[in-house]
Amino acid sequence: MLTMIAAFFERLNETQGLNFSVFYDAFDRSRFLTGLWTTSYICVVSILASLALGLAGVWVAGSGSRFGRLVVRGYVQFFRNTPPLVQLSFFYFAVGGLLPRVSDGFGGQSPLVSGTGWAIIAFSLFAGAFNVEIFRAGIEAVPSTTVEAAESLGYTRLQLYIHVVLPLAFRICLPALNNNLVNLVKTTTLAYAIGVPELLYAASQIWSESFNVREMMNVLLVTYVLLVAVLVFVMGRWEKAMRIPGYST
Amino acid sequence: MKRLAILASGIALACAATLAALPALAQDSLAKIKEKGVLSVGVKNDYKPWGFLEPSGKIVGLEIDLAQAIADKIGVKLEMLPVIAANRMEFLKQGRIDMVIATMGDTAERRKIVGMVEPNYYAGATNVMAPKSAGLKTWADLKGRKVCAVQGAYYNRRVTQMYAPDLVVFPSVPDALNALQGNNCVAFLFDDTLIVSTLSGGDAKWAGYEMPLVSEDPQLWAIGIRLEDMDGPFGKLVKEMSVDWHKSGKLLELETKWGIKQSPYLIETNKKLKAAS
Repeated sequence: MLTMIAAFFERLNETQGLNFSVFYDAFDRSRFLTGLWTTSYICVVSILASLALGLAGVWVAGSGSRFGRLVVRGYVQFFRNTPPLVQLSFFYFAVGGLLPRVSDGFGGQSPLVSGTGWAIIAFSLFAGAFNVEIFRAGIEAVPSTTVEAAESLGYTRLQLYIHVVLPLAFRICLPALNNNLVNLVKTTTLAYAIGVPELLYAASQIWSESFNVREMMNVLLVTYVLLVAVLVFVMGRWEKAMRIPGYST
Repeated sequence: MKRLAILASGIALACAATLAALPALAQDSLAKIKEKGVLSVGVKNDYKPWGFLEPSGKIVGLEIDLAQAIADKIGVKLEMLPVIAANRMEFLKQGRIDMVIATMGDTAERRKIVGMVEPNYYAGATNVMAPKSAGLKTWADLKGRKVCAVQGAYYNRRVTQMYAPDLVVFPSVPDALNALQGNNCVAFLFDDTLIVSTLSGGDAKWAGYEMPLVSEDPQLWAIGIRLEDMDGPFGKLVKEMSVDWHKSGKLLELETKWGIKQSPYLIETNKKLKAAS
């Protein structure tokens, strides 16, 4: 099967001049698959970390601590109002140089956090800042009467969150959360600027050697459509599973 | 899911339609340039001293002087478009620029895409720049280690396949040099010409760095023009000028002007062409 696909694309190149080298050149293919793996890895880890950040942020913002609220406000304002590419370069080139170094296994020194590590940190913080606001919108939309009813039953603040507020708030904020996470998947292409071997990086490596810009652009586009489709599919299933008949839509 | 599949295949089809390449316009480029009154050239702005930015923001350098000479010869204004390795050939193909003088290596692969003007105006080879403390001795020492490089460079693939370094590739030279300084990689893979001029530039930043390996894979640099122009009047004009630059010693003079050590390739070609005439 694989050899058939390879043969087809090799022929396509010879007869039509459409050079989809990722499908028949083993070196190009392995680079592209590495890119796909890196992008998927960054996406999954950043999505989970940004959700955790959002939850933690909204928890602290709603707590009694004035200091905590200020820190969360500052964090949200800072990361929401600066471009992710600038944040990424700042972390990689400015902060990265200040961190302690570890042995690179060859008797030399290498930075503590790799380019991929910084990409995950930067994207998680960036998307996390939006998530704080998205969750806040969801929580504020939970009817105060519901919260008061739960309080009168003797729920602690944590219990109230876990059993009453979050399940309802999640349903309300899922569409906005979907948007933000889809955006996060697309933002990962910025990691290209700091030499992280993600999809755009892999594709541009290939087209700068094989000169097949048009073909690789199309492969890239379709790959991202599929990646986002997977995310939307998962989120859609989640949304459906959380649906309560009669409550919202 | 089914609907998604239909949507995805629809998009794929639309993309495939755009793939049908635009027909190449067969027209006399020289006449067109004269008509426009402007010669558009793709140049480097991060490759000191071949093409770089002056503090005032103007692009200057050895290659810029060459581009200017061609514009002067035709009698038009010179317009410069900064390009990088990854986009220069595409710009030329699309007709956004008429010519590329951007430290471009002359390879068989690239000759299928763009016209390479002979005689080649320069030659470089591949080497790395590394901190002295890294203690690199041979190319094989790079195996498995992080090596910074720049996108679209022709030697990236060859070096990866031969010596298996873990290549970290950046969009431009300053990014890669920054990463090298931040110890994000053990060495910077590049043309030895740039490494020599960076190291001899007297910048204190690079005092602890060296070019530890034996240069490999010598490559000629060529001015790139569109394939259709190679036999046309524009191609002929550029070719004649290139011969003249070698014969008259203009290229050697320019090296001196920009503080580059005279390269063996230029001296040899100068002798050869002089003897032939």
